[in-house]
Amino acid sequence: MTRISDAMQKKIKHFRYIMVQNPVTIFAFSLFGLIVFLAVFGPWITPYDPLATNATNTLKPPNWDNLFGTDHLGRDVFSRVIAATRLDLGIAVSAVALSFFIGSALGCSAGFWGGWTDRIVGRFSDTIMAFPLFVLAMGIVAAMGNTVANIIYATAIINLPFYARVARAETSIRRNAGYVFSARLCGSSDIRILATQVFPNILPPMMVQISLNMGWAILNAAGLSFIGLGVRPPDAEWGIMVAEGANYIISGEWWLAIFPGAALMLAVFCFNLLGDGLRDLVDPLRRT
Amino acid sequence: MHSSKLIQVGRRLAQALPSVFGVIVISFILTRALPGDPAVYFAGDMADKESIEQVRQALGLDRSWIEQFLIYVSNLANGDWGVSLSTGRPVTEELLARLPASLELTLIGLTLAVAIAVPLGVLAATRPDSWVDHICRLLVTAGVSLPTFFTGLFLVYIFYYLLGWAPSPLGRLDILYLSPPQVTGLYTVDSLIAGDRETFVASLAQLILPATTLALFALAPIARMTRASMLGALSSDFIRTARANGLSGRVILSTYAFRNAALPVLTTLGMVFSFLLGANVLVEKVFSWPGIGSFAIEALVASDYAAVQGFVLAMALLFVCVNLTIDVILTITDPRVALDD
Repeated sequence: MTRISDAMQKKIKHFRYIMVQNPVTIFAFSLFGLIVFLAVFGPWITPYDPLATNATNTLKPPNWDNLFGTDHLGRDVFSRVIAATRLDLGIAVSAVALSFFIGSALGCSAGFWGGWTDRIVGRFSDTIMAFPLFVLAMGIVAAMGNTVANIIYATAIINLPFYARVARAETSIRRNAGYVFSARLCGSSDIRILATQVFPNILPPMMVQISLNMGWAILNAAGLSFIGLGVRPPDAEWGIMVAEGANYIISGEWWLAIFPGAALMLAVFCFNLLGDGLRDLVDPLRRT
Repeated sequence: MHSSKLIQVGRRLAQALPSVFGVIVISFILTRALPGDPAVYFAGDMADKESIEQVRQALGLDRSWIEQFLIYVSNLANGDWGVSLSTGRPVTEELLARLPASLELTLIGLTLAVAIAVPLGVLAATRPDSWVDHICRLLVTAGVSLPTFFTGLFLVYIFYYLLGWAPSPLGRLDILYLSPPQVTGLYTVDSLIAGDRETFVASLAQLILPATTLALFALAPIARMTRASMLGALSSDFIRTARANGLSGRVILSTYAFRNAALPVLTTLGMVFSFLLGANVLVEKVFSWPGIGSFAIEALVASDYAAVQGFVLAMALLFVCVNLTIDVILTITDPRVALDD
């Protein structure tokens, strides 16, 4: 019992060391908290209804009533940017969760059994990687139909190879570990060993992969809706808001596109910093 | 020695075949994954029963999957990529007509990125924890977080609307100019060939903002890789030996360290190119650039599936070719590749 709490204490100490060493990570963690808060409570704290139009109050620059100004239909940009957090984050989290589960299942079996399983999984990820990924996502959405669900599937598919590769590499170095042998000696089946022994051990590098991947997933989904796929107007989503505001940039109404774009950038920046921070925590050797 | 290199190059070329095959299989699946009856989609909205039946025959939709795939492959090989519904012309023709515009933009963007990122990465690696290193780190983290379409719009706002330095972000050439006589399709090169200095300057002016947008996006991974591999090379034994033998700093840096560090950077360029082909679509939309990306977006909006799938396939084949070229260059220049095999 004391030994476990010792280990726990060491971990907390290491965590605090990383935090103090790198104030940027503290910043990233607080930003992450804010984003999650907005995604959960966003719809209740917006000052205006993000979908309510107001024909008498269109294209107003930022002022005290409308912090980020209003758009061409008189909707409050501030409320829309906040309300969009949930949809953007929702798309990215679902896509990353999908590719995490399917990718780890594929990667674990490839790394554990090797042979044909490995060859098929490897060939499959190589084939996906042979496409420019954003272009492949466009093609998938075009073929499966233009809906938000298909944006999620497309983003999940193009991220699959990254998870499969990490899971495969991490599993294959643990395949012959002592605890795997002893579990087998106790009569556990392969599936059981994978699920209860190997998978928990490869979780830390997989978590790093998730947070490094999250920002890229958000960017991808926003890019797809920027070109008119998935999310339909009037829904508030950062990519489509930038697309709607793009027409007003050359006439000087910058607030329509700049604020949602900045929110998108900040969210991606936060996840990338977090990924770097987590990697330092999990794998200090790869610190750059 | 030479023949063994040739064999290696041949082996690389052969290794690309499975990728090409995989790409074709996936694009075949994508054309058949359309919800409902693909024949109805490819025939278009205006088609009557007869022409739908004709399309069904042409695509072989009434036969087995394997037969359909073989028909698909032979159609592709004969240059029959289908007909674009929105323009009524063959997809290959449409893509080829727009490819030079996209290539010009992508290549200039990539060149710009390499020209900035590589020296930056080298400087950062030789002066760890200096201000150059910090700038490099900031650029690397910020660069991967920038949505390209947002950077593009931001640059338009600053340099077109506020400062008025850049021309209006609409297309490859201001409407005041005529496009130069077509030789390569690259306006900058064509105008130089025609000896038209004014058009050259005008087309370059249109290129600056979109190319900078792409470069900002591509900068980060290149600088990161250059810095990391330079750090690795500089701390290796042969550099220590070179230093101990009294070679000058410049010789060590350029001949010994950089040459060894350049190879991983070259490999990264393949990945960067993949991202650039995607980012290109977004940048083309922002700047109304008449390239294949804009064509694909128009096709997507118009549900013109043959055009979209043709675009995806063309991009994938282009990407396979780029990777192959990089691999072949690596095989020819790097003596260590032979040892790996």
